[in-house]
Amino acid sequence: MAREKRQKEFKKILISGNEAIAEGALAAGCDFYAGYPITPQNELIGYMAKYMPKAGGVFIQAESELAAINMVYGASAAGARAMTSSSSPGISLKQEGISYIAGAELPSVIVNIMRGGPGLGNIAPAQSDYFQATRGGGHGDYHTIVLAPGSVQEAYDLAQRSFDLADKYRIPVIILGDGILGQMMEPVELSAKKIKPANLKPWALTGCKGRKPNIIKSFALAEGALEKLNLKLQQKYNIIKNKETRFKGLFLDDAKIVLVAYGTMARIAKSSLTRMRLAGERIGMIRPISLWPFPKQAFCPRNKKIKYLVIEMSYGQMLEDVQLAVNGKAQVEFLGRSGGGIPSEDQIINKVRKIL
Amino acid sequence: MERIFCRPESLYDVPTHYCPGCGHGIAHRLVAEIIDQLGIRERTIGIAPVGCAVVAYNYWKFDCSEAAHGRALAVATAIKRVRPQNIVFTYQGDGDLAAIGTNETIHAANRGENLTAIFINNAVYGMTGGQMAPTTLLGQKTSTTLEGRDRKKHGYPLKISEMLALLAGVHYIERVSLHNPQEVLKAKAAIRQAFENQINNAGFSLVEILSPCPTYWGLNPKESLDWIRDHMQKEFPLGRIK
Repeated sequence: MAREKRQKEFKKILISGNEAIAEGALAAGCDFYAGYPITPQNELIGYMAKYMPKAGGVFIQAESELAAINMVYGASAAGARAMTSSSSPGISLKQEGISYIAGAELPSVIVNIMRGGPGLGNIAPAQSDYFQATRGGGHGDYHTIVLAPGSVQEAYDLAQRSFDLADKYRIPVIILGDGILGQMMEPVELSAKKIKPANLKPWALTGCKGRKPNIIKSFALAEGALEKLNLKLQQKYNIIKNKETRFKGLFLDDAKIVLVAYGTMARIAKSSLTRMRLAGERIGMIRPISLWPFPKQAFCPRNKKIKYLVIEMSYGQMLEDVQLAVNGKAQVEFLGRSGGGIPSEDQIINKVRKIL
Repeated sequence: MERIFCRPESLYDVPTHYCPGCGHGIAHRLVAEIIDQLGIRERTIGIAPVGCAVVAYNYWKFDCSEAAHGRALAVATAIKRVRPQNIVFTYQGDGDLAAIGTNETIHAANRGENLTAIFINNAVYGMTGGQMAPTTLLGQKTSTTLEGRDRKKHGYPLKISEMLALLAGVHYIERVSLHNPQEVLKAKAAIRQAFENQINNAGFSLVEILSPCPTYWGLNPKESLDWIRDHMQKEFPLGRIK
């Protein structure tokens, strides 16, 4: 069924996480997409190939991840709402471009549907690109906003929100999902927002008629110029740290042990939590939604007896942010598997009972 | 009295950072003159490379973007697709267009993107200190081929213009030189053609310009022009390639 017709006739549709991100992007007025095939995000590029031209935008299957991210750079420089998507090895290739985009302060959205690494790894879901996503990833002193959806609905919502954040702060925004989130199907309530006109970008390259020429660049060779640019970026990052943290808390008022997990891992952790709460155990949960900026304010242990259990599909990457947030004021434990391994409900419950 | 020669409107009146005898200044000016003549300054978007011409936007008075090393034609592709009403061109050196950016170059050309590429071939990496370029001549001494380029160790000068001419998506390719005034006029005519092609939606156009680099050729400016005439154009014959 045609996308437009479906949007009119149904408020809720059943789609995969990959398709939901594409759908959310189109609803946000994304008018440029360039990508390169890689599993497990192929539904996204396929969806864009099908629907972007119908929406009046530009779709390009690039010759490489390098070309794709540099096309996003160009499209964004020309004022478009631009996006690319990939999975872990492809995101590594894009890092050069992401660094340039951050330096040139271009809004853009980059989707990473994570798979196992290092190297070619495998195509199983993973969360082992957390460091790369939250620490900049490429060269230079920069950050990207990183959002981690925990459901297909949230993938759709955050995809829309990403474009607003990218434009507002002139910053690359990374949507960090994993192979399960990308592939699984759930009902999604569509909510196309009113799109702000794109001509609110006076810095964009449109031709210099009636104004001074615009230049898009990250190069600052003159003495002191790059330090000045970096300080400007840091000021922007500080505003983002204050305003754009997001998380979901559960039972934080009475919890003795707080599970900390994001994305798909948080779904499994929540199932464990439900079972333990039904058994009368005082378990809570924090699900960071913004991974950068990290929601430090969620970690304010009321007593020193509270314990945190960080659970990841990696060998402990978000763990370091939790340790920094807790700052030695409470015990932080860890449970993680990687390379396709996923901590199960039972493994989580067993771990909780060991540390209770 | 009628004034018949002046600084192009598309060129800022600022001191140059290029070395004495460098060809970039001439090539920048030719591009600026053609943009003025075609009356497209206010809708032109230029893409500067990484290399000696990295700050070309300090000289050209129209919208410009930087691109990462080698990625100019990927950046240009997206800008042109998003804003087909604008005139978009790249200005790239031999290392940028024919080494690190070979993939982007070939695929933008093969897609037949309606773009103009100005390709400066000076057979050497200038900005980084005169290392071997893909277009360095056999026997040419550089800071990374101290005994001269040896085909057994370094391969042959890459003729990317001839390679691109094989691609169905490519509309126009011409190789020109800056080694004397007659050749400069031919270069200007080729640049004009490459921009007119884009205005007429004809597809991908590239002008390769053999350009002197006295500093890293170890020659004075006059000797550099003669070196293009006597050596470089034998390896890279001038004229219309496609």
